[in-house]
Amino acid sequence: MSGLAELLLVLVVLANFVVLGTARLSTCVRSVAMQGILLGLAPVLLFPGWSAHRMVLAAGTIVIKGLIVPRFLLWAIREASVRREVEPRLGYGASLVVGTIALALAFALAERWPLPVEGGGLLVAVAVTTLVHGLFVLTARRKAIMQVVGYIMMENGIYLIGLTQAERVPFLVELGVLLDVFVGIFIMGIVVFHINREFDSIDASRLTELAE
Amino acid sequence: MSPSGIVALGAVLALAPALPGVATRTRSLLTGRRGPPVLQLYFELAKLLRKRAVVSEATGAVFRAAPVVGLVGLVIAAGLLPLDGRTAIGGFAGDFLLFAGLLAVGRFAVMLAAFDTGSSFEGMGASREAMVGAFVEGALLLVFAALALATGGASLQTMLGPPLAGAWRAQWPALTMLGLAVFVLLLAEAARVPVDDPATHLELTMIHEVTILDHSGPDLALLLYGASLKFALLAALVAGVTVPLVPRSSALALLALLGQLVLVAVAVGGVEAAMARLRLTRIPQLLLAVTALVTFATILLLRRA
Repeated sequence: MSGLAELLLVLVVLANFVVLGTARLSTCVRSVAMQGILLGLAPVLLFPGWSAHRMVLAAGTIVIKGLIVPRFLLWAIREASVRREVEPRLGYGASLVVGTIALALAFALAERWPLPVEGGGLLVAVAVTTLVHGLFVLTARRKAIMQVVGYIMMENGIYLIGLTQAERVPFLVELGVLLDVFVGIFIMGIVVFHINREFDSIDASRLTELAE
Repeated sequence: MSPSGIVALGAVLALAPALPGVATRTRSLLTGRRGPPVLQLYFELAKLLRKRAVVSEATGAVFRAAPVVGLVGLVIAAGLLPLDGRTAIGGFAGDFLLFAGLLAVGRFAVMLAAFDTGSSFEGMGASREAMVGAFVEGALLLVFAALALATGGASLQTMLGPPLAGAWRAQWPALTMLGLAVFVLLLAEAARVPVDDPATHLELTMIHEVTILDHSGPDLALLLYGASLKFALLAALVAGVTVPLVPRSSALALLALLGQLVLVAVAVGGVEAAMARLRLTRIPQLLLAVTALVTFATILLLRRA
């Protein structure tokens, strides 16, 4: 793997850590947008030569994950006039520690993974790390917007795992997944917006108090 | 032990007080002010050395010993770094532990002296100093572990500078992260902005300055000089991690070292101009983030080692 590709994967993990360690909602969304753009560049940098398949995938990923989805989330934050802090269930310091442990475990695990990998073990390790970090954000943050961010991070991890098999997965399947994510985020954003309008809060933990 | 190493050590010892001046001047210029002269710290040291130390009756020997203990520790630590780029004055397998330990001893001495005064402000400052130290030391040791992994060396002179050249070729993303991490550790250790603000004089917000409030005269001069030497040592460490190329002639190597130190000081000034001091509760978070960064770099280096 070239140094540039390695740098790209390193930056993907650092974007995860930014989400784990920052208090500001919009920074988290921008970090995930950055990650989306990096993921779009990944197929071009990771594998030598180029094919139409990979180029379309890269362009689609950059446009949807790097531009449309984050714009939409930032719009939702602005329109729903959410307080701009993350309000974690688990503090930022503790989140960073958990994230680091997850990173170490993922790298230890990836060495033993019986996957026919095209991009090298680092790709699998980064994919698993991103997946676990996403799952963590999904559970350890209270704001509905952050849960969407966690979901996107998980999806990014899955995308990276898919990338190890890039040449075998049919083109349509990948585009379908991308579209699914797009629609999913769209619906989540609308739902968050409406929850906020009805209940003056998007704190997911308070949804359990719902009663007629 | 090489003559060029001794010359380099002498140069660093003599020029260390200029570095905080360079950082402050950069910060002032970038924020649209002129700022104090670059050599301000020399003037202050000269003034303080002409004065007499005033010692509170409530303090004991610990208070008087702290400046000397701290400074001696730092000078020994300077002898362990390969300042001329190749060899240190003294070195042995595992000397990076001594290096980290000497920095810790200096901090411990200042903390004890702060407690010795019985002032509640100084006690508070000492506890903050301990908090910063607890996070910095772990990260620093991890940095040394990563460098040992990258080079296979066990002594500072086989871990910094030219021995890293091969690792830079194969693993530059990991080493870039390591260099960045050491730079942030420098900001924390040398008590600069985002961690501490050297310009503030409000006891409630400062960290390093508040622990030395009761020192005066030559004692204070030793402490201030020690702080600038610590700055220089960590700047040399940043240079050692990030620049694997060293000129062959020792005169050029010395010039290169001084240039790197000034560059690091300018970078520190740039950071100070760009951001404000972090809230105290955010500091552990920043240092934990640095630890995470170093851990990640170590894991990456571990994969190839």
